[in-house]
Amino acid sequence: MGAVMGTFSSLQTKQRRPSKDIAWWYYQYQRDKIEDELEMTMVCHRPEGLEQLEAQTNFTKRELQVLYRGFKNECPSGVVNEETFKQIYAQFFPHGDASMYAHYLFHAFDITQTGSVKFEDFVTALSILLRGTVHEKLRWTFNLYDINKDGYINKEEMMDIVKAIYDMMGKYTYPVLKEDTPRQHVDVFFQKMDKNKDGIVTLDEFLESCQEDDNIMRSLQLFQNVM
Amino acid sequence: MAAGVAAWLPFARAAAIGWMPVANCPMPLAPADKNKRQDELIVLNVSGRRFQTWRTTLERYPDTLLGSTEKEFFFNEDTKEYFFDRDPEVFRCVLNFYRTGKLHYPRYECISAYDDELAFYGILPEIIGDCCYEEYKDRKRENAERLMDDNDSENNQESMPSLSFRQTMWRAFENPHTSTLALVFYYVTGFFIAVSVITNVVETVPCGTVPGSKELPCGERYSVAFFCLDTACVMIFTVEYLLRLFAAPSRYRFVRSVMSIIDVVAIMPYYIGLVMTNNEDVSGAFVTLRVFRVFRIFKFSRHSQGLRILGYTLKSCASELGFLLFSLTMAIIIFATVMFYAEKGSSASKFTSIPASFWYTIVTMTTLGYGDMVPKTIAGKIFGSICSLSGVLVIALPVPVIVSNFSRIYHQNQRADKRRAQKKARLARIRVAKTGSSNAYLHSKRNGLLTEALELMGTPEEEHMGKSTSLIESQHHHLLHCLEKTTGSSYLVGDPLLSVRTSTIKNHEFIDEQMFEQNCMESSMQNYPSTRSPSLSSHPGLTTTCCSRRSKKTTHLPNCNLPAARLRSMQELSTIHIQGSEQPSLTTSRSSLNLKADDGLRPNCKTSQITTAIISIPTPPALTPEGESRPPPASPGPNTNIPSIASNVVKVSAL
Repeated sequence: MGAVMGTFSSLQTKQRRPSKDIAWWYYQYQRDKIEDELEMTMVCHRPEGLEQLEAQTNFTKRELQVLYRGFKNECPSGVVNEETFKQIYAQFFPHGDASMYAHYLFHAFDITQTGSVKFEDFVTALSILLRGTVHEKLRWTFNLYDINKDGYINKEEMMDIVKAIYDMMGKYTYPVLKEDTPRQHVDVFFQKMDKNKDGIVTLDEFLESCQEDDNIMRSLQLFQNVM
Repeated sequence: MAAGVAAWLPFARAAAIGWMPVANCPMPLAPADKNKRQDELIVLNVSGRRFQTWRTTLERYPDTLLGSTEKEFFFNEDTKEYFFDRDPEVFRCVLNFYRTGKLHYPRYECISAYDDELAFYGILPEIIGDCCYEEYKDRKRENAERLMDDNDSENNQESMPSLSFRQTMWRAFENPHTSTLALVFYYVTGFFIAVSVITNVVETVPCGTVPGSKELPCGERYSVAFFCLDTACVMIFTVEYLLRLFAAPSRYRFVRSVMSIIDVVAIMPYYIGLVMTNNEDVSGAFVTLRVFRVFRIFKFSRHSQGLRILGYTLKSCASELGFLLFSLTMAIIIFATVMFYAEKGSSASKFTSIPASFWYTIVTMTTLGYGDMVPKTIAGKIFGSICSLSGVLVIALPVPVIVSNFSRIYHQNQRADKRRAQKKARLARIRVAKTGSSNAYLHSKRNGLLTEALELMGTPEEEHMGKSTSLIESQHHHLLHCLEKTTGSSYLVGDPLLSVRTSTIKNHEFIDEQMFEQNCMESSMQNYPSTRSPSLSSHPGLTTTCCSRRSKKTTHLPNCNLPAARLRSMQELSTIHIQGSEQPSLTTSRSSLNLKADDGLRPNCKTSQITTAIISIPTPPALTPEGESRPPPASPGPNTNIPSIASNVVKVSAL
């Protein structure tokens, strides 16, 4: 594995000596400060080899190169955390507030829930989204909507997602967005997706309903040639 | 969009797949990737030094020489590279700008050479990053001042026939080197000021005894001579003051200026003395007034640059001086009290009261030590010595601190003001870029709509209204369009053919703030109890389901119960406003962060765009019930509402 994590975090617990020695306290403070600074600068991650990534994803080497160059430019440390993720995503939607949707996206990308997205995760998700089968894409989308990752989408989760999407539009829309426009949208969605009307959407219901809908099928093919 | 973020556009587009199941309408088609060529390295040969970079790196800023097709003019077919006959050192900075998105200014570089290079490559200096911007501005200012000085000295030798007599006189007063007459006047007044000051001084010197009376000061012995001298000086000063008053461009401001007040104070005692010569009661007061004659010495500050600088220095450092004074006062009061009580017991003590002890304390703390008051008790001596030691500290310490404080605060204030000004300018630039990016979207939409409408109307116009947008642009716009279709909302475009468009509007649309507020205003005006912000409205209006056709007759605005006629009139009103010149919306060519390619029909008006954007930032448009306008003061009228609408700043979320 080519992954090298160079963190210099001080994992040892500091023993608090019950000493009133001023010099000792001062020395501890300095050491902590230095260690904190070191910790901040030393986190770094290198991805696996190019061949391995090419085998694992559906991208060619050239495409992986282009992707990595862009990734590294924005995140020199090799991992992207949620804040950076939100900032980057917000730049594409200057009118509205893309932070909530970016938050959900981040957690969909961060499969292992570590709080940071490495290049491999990034490229894996992109591979599914851009080059995957319809089944895989729908599954990924289901995972995105399922905020608590329990395997079911309930109305609250859907409401959150839809509200986040509407937030990206911003305030200035015509006609103006009402409070319950998202709710109505979610109701329409549930009517379509929830086959057995039990208030939750399972993966199978989701896959089935989406495959029945031509619009959705067609729009999933939209970004085939993004790379 | 920032440079590096353009590389993340594929990610953003891929993430859009998350919206697909939620959307009810079909998505628009993706822009075709026309000439999808693999990213290639291009070689830039700048005076022999070869630089290589990816083509896409350069294409991040399509508005510059290197990012546009303009570089093809420099392509050398034989060597298959781009050759530029320019400075390779500066080119390094330029190329780094493409790579990192930040333009740096190297300190060793000459400012005018750098400016020339930037102008050649089509990069606006405003983009220089904050790290180097101050330095750049400082150097630029110095350079400009140098140029101005050169111009001034040139101008001084030219004749200025267009100035009126009054203006010439004022110029002569302010700048004695303009003509010989001015120089003569300058020296004459200087001489008389000196004479007057010396007279005042010599007047009080004892001049030898007249037999039979005590020693007299010269003033009283030769009173006539001194009086004549005084009169002559005051004559000159009065004439000078009146001439200045006449020549001043703003008399009111001149009268309030410090120098003129000094002039007045310098000559008033004489006139007051003329008026009340024989009254014994006030002659005492009159004598005091003569003290003010010493102010004549301040008139020298017109003649001396150094005095002016000193005055300004003291003024700017006033708070530090005030603090010094305050701390001294505190110390003085403390020690005076202590000394008074310490010396209370001793007989024949000079320390009769605390205020009397003040004198001792001051003399001791400033280490003068006159010796007219000395403590006699032991306690008094002890406290006296403490007082003198602390005096050294209290005085010697703050003075260098004040000196350095002064220089530090002075420079810091200048830098803080500069930074504040730059911050506003920087935020404005960012806002312009953001509105630029969104307005580019609106603009391209409008162009799209126009072509649609034209096709509908069947006019044989050409398809492309302007330069086609870059691929990144079109992809970004497609993304925004997908979002619109997903939510059933979209940006409303102020186009002239809105009436045509409304019949095909299916969804909510993005609108700019102006249209939004207008709509809100109108709807609220019609007794619709909604507030301006849509989220607060809670009326059970008709819902718009995505894909419902909103014809002009029926309204499906979810937000209001407006009758159809009203809505139509509202739409018609909006069309009236948004009339027709073919001026496209705010395009952000080189005036922005050089990222947009929407030149379109617009003639080159870079800076005007920026100014309109800046002007419109603080003032929301005022809406009249008729909906007539509200363009910001910069735009000239209803016929050019499109630039005004587009230049109204859309609120953007913080980066």
